[in-house]
Amino acid sequence: MGPMLFAALVPLNHPDYYFHWHFIEISAANAIVIGLMLVTFVAALLLPFPGRRRRKENR
Amino acid sequence: MSTSEIDRQWTTRLRRRAVGKIPPEKMMPDTQPSYVSSWIYVFGVTTISALIVVIGTGCILALRGPTWWHGSDIGHFVNSLHLWSVEIFFFSMVVHLWGKYFMAAWRGGRAMTWITGMFLFLASIVTALTGYVSQSNFDSQWISTQAKDAINSSGGGAYFNLLNFGQMLMWHIVLLPLVLVFLVAVHVVLVRIKGVVPPFEDSPSASHE
Repeated sequence: MGPMLFAALVPLNHPDYYFHWHFIEISAANAIVIGLMLVTFVAALLLPFPGRRRRKENR
Repeated sequence: MSTSEIDRQWTTRLRRRAVGKIPPEKMMPDTQPSYVSSWIYVFGVTTISALIVVIGTGCILALRGPTWWHGSDIGHFVNSLHLWSVEIFFFSMVVHLWGKYFMAAWRGGRAMTWITGMFLFLASIVTALTGYVSQSNFDSQWISTQAKDAINSSGGGAYFNLLNFGQMLMWHIVLLPLVLVFLVAVHVVLVRIKGVVPPFEDSPSASHE
């Protein structure tokens, strides 16, 4: 049941979708991963780290 | 045994040199500088954590073999764990690389830390490639027949043959993991010796704001 449900949500049994822009050609899967890495990088810079304030107060 | 004889032993000399270079409190520190309290500093250890899962699941795959990982539910599951831990490994490593690049983490005599990280990145790519061609399915056949042209055009095909399954598997499960684990150990020890790179100083105008 689990694998069938997952297969229904994310159909993978087809050729990958590619973005074309001038000489740049990248699969949708790779573009999504690179996008997620950029989002993670920016979030890591901006989001407060747990316990940081407490450590500052203790100093 | 006299004291001078003990002093001359290679084990004694090696231990004293190691402890002098990396005292235990520096190797396993109790605290870190306050600037390490940021999410951008967690991606190095995330990468190592993913590598541990990669090696663990790889050991299970090696125990049971391709028939198991292609033909059973639990084999599929462990195979997927191996793949997705590799995805997390590379994902974390790239974010770690970006963070260190923009911090100019080679500052303060940390060039070797940066260089070992660079070689880790390159060795990881080769390890992933040999893994993809060791899957023993149509995907691995496609990747190996495509990638062999790149290797042949570089002149390395005589030594590194993508179509030689046995050679690729041995590189993937013996040689390259040894290289990776060795480089990770050197990388981490260098971080411990030199410490985590501090952020850039505020500019004079910023400090007055």
